[in-house]
Amino acid sequence: MLNNITQIRAQFPILHQEVNGKPLLYFDNAATTQKPKQVIDALQRYYELDNANIHRAAHTLAARSTEYFEATRKTIQQFINAKEEAECIFTKGVTECINLVAQTWGKANLKPGDEVLITTMEHHSNIVPWQMICEEKGAILKVIPINNSGELLMEEFDKLLTTKTKIVACVWVSNALGTINPVREIIQKSHAVGAIVLLDGAQACSHLQVDVQALDCDFLTISSHKLYGPTGVGVLYGKRELLEAMPPYQGGGEMIKEVTFEKTTYNEIPYKFEAGTPNIGGVIAFKYALDYVNELVKENIAAHENILLKHFVDGVHQINQTNNNAITLVGTAANKVSVQSFNINNMHHFDVGMMLDAKGIAVRTGHHCTQPLMHRFNLEGTVRASFALYNTTEEVDVLLQSLSSIIKFSNR
Amino acid sequence: MTTNDIQNEIIDNFSLFEGDMESTLFYLMDLGKKLPAMPDEHKTETYIVKGCQSKVWVFPTFIDGKVHFEADSNTEITKGLVYLLWSIWNAQTPEEILNSELFFIDKIGMSRMIGSQRSNGFASMIKQMKLYALAYKTKGA
Repeated sequence: MLNNITQIRAQFPILHQEVNGKPLLYFDNAATTQKPKQVIDALQRYYELDNANIHRAAHTLAARSTEYFEATRKTIQQFINAKEEAECIFTKGVTECINLVAQTWGKANLKPGDEVLITTMEHHSNIVPWQMICEEKGAILKVIPINNSGELLMEEFDKLLTTKTKIVACVWVSNALGTINPVREIIQKSHAVGAIVLLDGAQACSHLQVDVQALDCDFLTISSHKLYGPTGVGVLYGKRELLEAMPPYQGGGEMIKEVTFEKTTYNEIPYKFEAGTPNIGGVIAFKYALDYVNELVKENIAAHENILLKHFVDGVHQINQTNNNAITLVGTAANKVSVQSFNINNMHHFDVGMMLDAKGIAVRTGHHCTQPLMHRFNLEGTVRASFALYNTTEEVDVLLQSLSSIIKFSNR
Repeated sequence: MTTNDIQNEIIDNFSLFEGDMESTLFYLMDLGKKLPAMPDEHKTETYIVKGCQSKVWVFPTFIDGKVHFEADSNTEITKGLVYLLWSIWNAQTPEEILNSELFFIDKIGMSRMIGSQRSNGFASMIKQMKLYALAYKTKGA
């Protein structure tokens, strides 16, 4: 549990403001989390004191920025328990991580008739890159279905998984539903048929313990900005032997060993995949986000968030008892993180979102970049509340009261 | 009433809320309820306004030199916005529609109220209604 919540909230400057004349309640954490002062200060410090391009120049600033940049790599390696730092590649985000794997591993390994397996609850960024490479290589994209609670149908997975399956690209935690998928089982079964597994960890890494060696996943994607760090930074974890065998993604500076007009030899991993000047300040500041999460201890964060989720869901059930089941929850898996999609019956999710915003409450509305998932539920979209370490049960109470008053208004 | 008179009345009505977002939205949604019902058979793909996040339909007819609009939306706030345009432009001449400047939008602080994405959708509605007016003007001339 987090028992110093006032102190925690004090570290997030953005939370202390009014929106539309009301105190801001930020429940759009699955879209992006807010940043603690430590991260904001690190960004500012980098540009004020240390800004220099990394891995190149001989001067002191460059040495300093390189040292700090690589310190983040060390921290993320430990954060996910990768075997070595070189297995952690900095990208501009999870979308780029997945495109990188699809365009390099996919290009080198997929053949006509091969199958790529994804789930119904993928974010578009774990669908479209695979569609693109499948189309290019004549491979087939297959989709694991889900039940009405938003859980994978594992018996269907067993049927879909064959020796034709070359990669299973699977979201660890659904951004729209909050479902935690049984990734250990998926990885073990996939490896048994010779398929590799990419886990989309965009949502998972801020809530769950990550140990890539224990999981034995082949790739894992991580988003800084969903983990209290800056935007524009992602990390692709990949097993060394896979990364080494993969062709480069983009050509340019940093990724080369030697360039002549006749031939270029490529750098070692991770640099082979880090062409061009990266978001240096963002990467450096990301370390402070990881340190922050480590300091609070993930189990404590998860316990706190689970209390918030339960408080919200219990509150919705209470509202429903006296309001003719006015709220429909979408995503009721047994194993979930603190994300809850819902709709108010007979109200459009956009209207609910706008009315909440008028009360200073930030939620996400729409299809959450998961249109196929919305189609599965015959929905155009949902309202999504997602809770983070700085949210409180008092805030959740305000959300519940606001939903009650919106329901009363809609019954006018 | 001229389109300017109607706009001034809208500005007066919205000013009562003194920028309070919640009551403004409630008011907007209540306005939407005043839109005359649009027959379902007119809510077709042809009459959808492209560029709106929510679904918006506008169906025009031209009677005695005036443009008549049927309109609807699947979201209540947007329906309120549609109502505002309808109340200004319904049963006006194509010239009046084409020449009118929608000064009420800034005056009631619409952009703050609906955000940038909806503002784009609102601009699409305006453009579509003006296009219908232009078509009738060209046909009539």
